[in-house]
Amino acid sequence: MLRFFLSRIGQTLAVLFTVSVIIFVLMRLIPGDPVLMMLGDDFTQEAYQRLRAKLGFDRSVVTQYVIWLQAILRGDFGDSYLNHERVSRLVWDAFLPTLSLVVASMLVGTLVAVPSGIVAAMRKDSAWDWGSMGFAIFVYSMPSFWKGIVLIWIFSVHLRWFPAVGYVHPWENFWEGMWRLVLPAITLGTFFSGLVARIIRSSLLEVLDQDYIKAARARGVRRAALVYRHALANALIPVVTVIGLQFGTLLGGAVLTETVFGIPGMGRLTVAAILNRDYAIVQGAILVGVFAVVVVNLAVDLTYAFLNPRIRVA
Amino acid sequence: MARPLDAEALPAQAPATVATPGTSTARRWWRRFARNRGAVFGLAVFLAVVVMALCADLLAPYDPLIQGVGPANQPPTWAHWAGTDSFGRDMLSRIIYGARIALVVGIVAVLLAMLAGVSLGLVAGYYGGKVDALIMRVMDGLFAFPIIILAIAMMAVMGFGVKNVIIAVAVGFVAPFARVTRADVLAVKEEPYIEAARLAGVSGPAIIARHVLPNVLAPIIVQAALRVSGAIITESGLSFLGLGPPPPTPVWGSMIAEGRNFIVMAPHVSTIPGIALMVTIVGLNLLGDGLRDTLDPRLRR
Repeated sequence: MLRFFLSRIGQTLAVLFTVSVIIFVLMRLIPGDPVLMMLGDDFTQEAYQRLRAKLGFDRSVVTQYVIWLQAILRGDFGDSYLNHERVSRLVWDAFLPTLSLVVASMLVGTLVAVPSGIVAAMRKDSAWDWGSMGFAIFVYSMPSFWKGIVLIWIFSVHLRWFPAVGYVHPWENFWEGMWRLVLPAITLGTFFSGLVARIIRSSLLEVLDQDYIKAARARGVRRAALVYRHALANALIPVVTVIGLQFGTLLGGAVLTETVFGIPGMGRLTVAAILNRDYAIVQGAILVGVFAVVVVNLAVDLTYAFLNPRIRVA
Repeated sequence: MARPLDAEALPAQAPATVATPGTSTARRWWRRFARNRGAVFGLAVFLAVVVMALCADLLAPYDPLIQGVGPANQPPTWAHWAGTDSFGRDMLSRIIYGARIALVVGIVAVLLAMLAGVSLGLVAGYYGGKVDALIMRVMDGLFAFPIIILAIAMMAVMGFGVKNVIIAVAVGFVAPFARVTRADVLAVKEEPYIEAARLAGVSGPAIIARHVLPNVLAPIIVQAALRVSGAIITESGLSFLGLGPPPPTPVWGSMIAEGRNFIVMAPHVSTIPGIALMVTIVGLNLLGDGLRDTLDPRLRR
C-alpha cells in the first residue's frame, strides 16, 4: 500500500515537472521581447541590459528555467504588467469562484446522473433506458456556453427566477451565493451528468453480469435487493474515480460557463490577459489550473486504491 | 494509472484484426452499423453538414459578410429563415458558411493530432526503453491539461487565425492518440509474426509501417471519429471566448457570443447558431459511438 502511494506520488511529481517545462517553453515561444514590454517606450540601452540581466535572460535556457521554477515554487508568479498587481493574488481571487462553480456542478451532475444511470441499467433496453441515455447524450453534446445562454433566456429573461449574471462567494452570503450559482451549476452539471450517467449504466451492467450476482439471483434474491445491496457498491467504485478524473474537463467547461454568467473566475481572467498580452497572468492561471487538476487526480487515485484493494497490486 | 473506465487507457486485450475490407466484410460492417438507429441518424447529420460546407456557395441565399441585407436583429421571416444579426446579415447564410470552419477545423485538427500522436505512439511502443519513457512522460504532461485550457494557451502563444485555431485544437488531442496507439502496439509487438519479420531482417521502420500499423488501425480510427466532435466543441469554445478566427468570419461560436448581447430583444441571434452546433455534435457523437461498436466491438459498453 505504502509503495503504491509513493509510486503514485512520484508519478505525479514527474507529471508536474513536465507540465512546468511545457508551460515554460510555451511562454518563451510567445513572440516579442518581454524585457522591451516591461520597459515601455522610453528607456536607455543600459537600462535594457540591466533589466535583462536582472530577469536572467542573459543566461542559458536551463538556468533561466531553474530561476523561473524557484520563483514559482515560492509562489511568486510575478506582477501583472498592466496594473502591477501580484499575479498570485489575481489568480487566487479568480480561482475561488471557478472552484465553487466546479464543485456545485459536480453535485448537480451526480444528483441527476446516479438515479438515471441506475434506472437505465435496471431496465435495460426499456423506454426508461432509451429516455435517460438519449437525455444523457443530448445534454452531453450541448456546448455549455450555449446551454447557459438558453437557460438565461428562459429563467432570467422570461421567468425572472434567477439573476442572469453575477457572483457572490457562498461562504460570504450563503443563500445569495447559492442562488446565483444555480443556473451556472445546472449548465455545467448537466454536461457532467450526461457523461456520468452513461458510465454508471455500463458499470452497473458489467457488475450485474458477474457470477456472484448470477449466483445471488439463482438463490432467489429479489431484483431490487440485488442491485442495491449487492451490485451498486461495486459498480460505484469506478464511477467515483471517473467523477474525480473529470475535474479537469469541468475546469475547462467552467472557463466557458463563467464567461456566460459573468462570474469573475479563471476563464475571464485568462482571456482578458491574453487580449491584453499580459502573459504573467496567463502563465500563472494555467499553472494553477493544471496543478489543481493533477493534484485532484492524485487524490482520486489514492482514494480509489483505498476503496478497492485490488488495484494496489497493479 | 487508474483510469478504469477511460477508453483511451484501455490496454488491448487482443490485437484487433483488420481484414482488407473486401465486399463481404464491408457488407457485414454496414449491416452491423445500420442496425444502430442512432448511428445512422448521426451519419445523416454528418453528411448534411458536409453538403452544407461543400455547397455553401450554392445553398446560402445571401453573402454571409454583407451587412444590411435585412433589418438588424430581425427574427426569422420568409426572406431570412434564421433571421438577421445585429449587423443585418443573413443568419442562415452565416450558419451555412459556418459549417465550413467547424468541419475543416474539426477534421483537420483531428487528422493532425492523429498523425502526430500515432507516430509518437508507434515509436514509443515499438522501441520501448528511454525513447518510450521520454515520449510518454511528455504525453502525460500534455494529458494533464484540460483540452480547452491547452488550446487557450496555444492561442496566446500563436495569435489568431484559422490555421492557428487548428493547431491549438490539435495539440490537445495528440496525447490520447499516442496513448491508444502505444497500448495496442505493446500487445501486437509480442505476436509471432512480428518476431518472424524481425528475424527475417526487416528493419524497424518497415516492420512498424507494414506489420504493426495495420493491426492497430481500427481502434485509432474509432478514436478519431469520437474526437471530431470534441475538436469542434473546442473550436467553438475558443471562438465563443473571442480567441477563434477573427470577425467577420462566419463561425458558430462567435455568432453565439455576439448574440449574447441581444438575448432580451433578439434571442434568435444566439440560439439558432447554437442549435446548428448542437445538432452537429449530437450527430457526430452518435456516429462515433456507432463506428466504435461496428469496428471495435471490444470497446463496446
